[in-house]
Amino acid sequence: MTETFVSYSLIAVYSAMAIYTLAFVLFAVDLARRSAESSDAAAAEETGLSSSSASATTMMAAAAANSSAAGAGTLTKNGAPSAGSEAARSTPPKYLRLAMAMTVIAWVLHVSAVIFRGVAAGRVPWANMFEFTLTATALIVGVFLVVQFWQDLRFLGSFITGFALIALGVGTSSFYVDVVPLPPALQSAWLVIHVFVASLSTGFFALAAGLSIVQLLQARREAGKAVKLRFLDTLPPADRLETLAYRLTVVGFVMWTFTLIAGAVWAERAWGRYWGWDTKEVWTFIIWTIYAGYIHARATRGWRGSRSAWLAIIGFAAIVFNFTVVNLFFKGLHAYSGL
Amino acid sequence: MDAPVPQSKIQQPKLGLVGYGRFFWRQLTSMRTALFLLLLLAVAAIPGSLVPQVSSDPNGVIAYRRNAPDTAAVLDFFQVFNTYTSVWFSAIYLLLFISLIGCVIPRTKHHFDALRARPPKTPARLSRLEGFTTRTTHADAETAIDTARRLLRSQRFRTELYGSSVSAERGYLRETGNLVFHTALIGVLVAVGLGGGFGYVGQRVVVEGYAFSNSLASYDSFNPGRFFADDALEPFTIALDSFVPVYEQENRQAIGQPVDYTANVTTTMRGASSETAKIKVNAPLSLGGTNVYLLGNGYAPVLTVRDADEKVIWSQPTACLPFDANLGSTCVIKIPDGLEQQIGLLGFLYPTTGTLSTGALVSVYPDLISPTLTLEVYEGDLGLDNGQGTNAYALNTDSLEQIAGRTSDADTIKLTPGDRTELPNGLGSVELASIPRFASLDVHHDPSQLPVLIFAILVVVGLITSLFVPRRRMWVSAKTDTSGTTTIEYAALARGDDPNLEAAVADFAEKHSQQLTVRVDS
Repeated sequence: MTETFVSYSLIAVYSAMAIYTLAFVLFAVDLARRSAESSDAAAAEETGLSSSSASATTMMAAAAANSSAAGAGTLTKNGAPSAGSEAARSTPPKYLRLAMAMTVIAWVLHVSAVIFRGVAAGRVPWANMFEFTLTATALIVGVFLVVQFWQDLRFLGSFITGFALIALGVGTSSFYVDVVPLPPALQSAWLVIHVFVASLSTGFFALAAGLSIVQLLQARREAGKAVKLRFLDTLPPADRLETLAYRLTVVGFVMWTFTLIAGAVWAERAWGRYWGWDTKEVWTFIIWTIYAGYIHARATRGWRGSRSAWLAIIGFAAIVFNFTVVNLFFKGLHAYSGL
Repeated sequence: MDAPVPQSKIQQPKLGLVGYGRFFWRQLTSMRTALFLLLLLAVAAIPGSLVPQVSSDPNGVIAYRRNAPDTAAVLDFFQVFNTYTSVWFSAIYLLLFISLIGCVIPRTKHHFDALRARPPKTPARLSRLEGFTTRTTHADAETAIDTARRLLRSQRFRTELYGSSVSAERGYLRETGNLVFHTALIGVLVAVGLGGGFGYVGQRVVVEGYAFSNSLASYDSFNPGRFFADDALEPFTIALDSFVPVYEQENRQAIGQPVDYTANVTTTMRGASSETAKIKVNAPLSLGGTNVYLLGNGYAPVLTVRDADEKVIWSQPTACLPFDANLGSTCVIKIPDGLEQQIGLLGFLYPTTGTLSTGALVSVYPDLISPTLTLEVYEGDLGLDNGQGTNAYALNTDSLEQIAGRTSDADTIKLTPGDRTELPNGLGSVELASIPRFASLDVHHDPSQLPVLIFAILVVVGLITSLFVPRRRMWVSAKTDTSGTTTIEYAALARGDDPNLEAAVADFAEKHSQQLTVRVDS
């Protein structure tokens, strides 16, 4: 029975990876299309045919309309969004639509892989490194999908699906372990809470890191430096990206703080002390400190903008490091990789 | 730091001692410095994760010192083996917290003033502010403002009338949360620093059938806090009645993997009757203000050694250190007295014995199914008599001679439970009487636990409040023109990140004009 569900889970995850690959390619094609359109628009403007459908203005107006969705109709500031941009919003480019559809399908398969794995093991499917990878990537893509209801961040699609693909690739090939029973130290309700919240916060930090990368590129472009990525014309301006990254980060930060405290409570139960500077505890603390720094950086003169964006990127890099290098190569009590 | 500025250039004010004090205090409590210290703290925490720490991995430190003595000397100089109590790490976090205190105190005062202050005067030009929008109504200006004020109050704004306008502010809780968050962080540090000082951690290996009392002398290792006094040891005894492990037997990928550990104990508080209890890995036993944790287990074979005259000179269990998942264990037994020579026994215990193709023994399952104990026998000076502490779990063979084992004439002794074998050279005999289990218990008293938990909860509550409660000012201003039409202006100002500000103004304007319509109509 266990074997059956394990194989269902693997079939589902491999299928999900195949479809994520399609989605990744489509997201990339969409970025290429944006580049092409933005240079077309630039060319059109140069020849004097002032274009009303320049995708840059379209996207920015769309973002503005989106941010004030509740009162969009009654607002007079900046004028109402033009009819053209409304049309653009209601019919998004077909590659992007297709990419999102593929991502949703892949995600449904991905989640079913997680569930099958859980059923096979008879417990939550995040007790070893393979399972962490499987579940955390599902949460990252899940956050990406859910966030679209709040903000149009589909331009991060290639970043998120690409990241999920690499993580799942490494997870299924290098981290795979069979279903084994939980060791006594992991038999706790805190396994469900602590690890889940940690993985969920990773989803928010991943998106914020993606936004911060685009923010850095956008800031370079806005500063007049040559950036060859023309699709940047179609994306929100740097300060808008910074605001979005900040809002995602604070959600992640609250969860990370909770993870830290829940971990301490569990450590007290299982290991007899709530804090012992175990390697994983150290890195969780380091990550917390980096993001605390990020949040404060926005209130510090000279640190707003690109510098704080770097902190968000370093923070996410530290998370990936904590999950991979610290788990595999550092000696410590969190030795649950199963490898 | 800067070189003295020549007189011809800008004349700088002279700073006295107080002046410099003020200057450094300002620098230290500035946001820039705080941010710098925060990031420095993150970087400073890294070395402690790369190098084994005395607190969490003492054996790792010993091994490091042995393998790389030169590097270890450098690391010792910089206290890297004790990173988190080192002078430099402490300096960073103490400076950070002083900076934090220097920030929290004035902000608290400022916030306290703000809580009692009236919302600020309505700005002359609302159109410059965020979310500016207008509505017209036939109601007069006074009614419009009065309605606006009531609506603002129902949305938990604090309001103040200025002419034919109302000024409102809400979200004071945001700053309150911020201050609670930072103060609670200081609270965590103080609770850890002070509370932890009154606590202690003791480790004790207890063999089935044996008991120990909570006193200094009975611990194998003991780490008192800075302010520890002996009376902090609550008077109790714990007897290990049995230790019951459960190993996986069905799942072929995990045969022998531990599924459950239970230590059945009998506890006695002084002056009270005995009680039985269970200690499990995630379920410590609480005795008064002291917790007892189950952190390890293994086997403690009972060896009976007799001298040449059949007199029993040694008969007690010895805890063996497991070296693999199937509880293959190393046993060291030191017998200083009773025989002609001091004897050291170096043993390997295989709970379920298997044989490798090389002929070497190996344990293939952690439970006690077909145990074998092999013993190499050494005689000579055990090094116990010079008054220096020695590791009970290691045998220093420098001044010992092997008399049974791989490098001597006599073979390694092999015993199964009940076996008895002669020792070489007519020294006597050794018998493997039984193989009980042991549990390794951590006894932990930490008065900081509860305060730290409370502060930690306040940290989260404060954080959520400070990040998600919007603090905003809103203004409604009304003007009636000669034709009797009243124009109402709405606008707001965010104080801190406020994603929904514009929507909130629009929403308010909508509700307000609806209420006005209703009032005028009725």
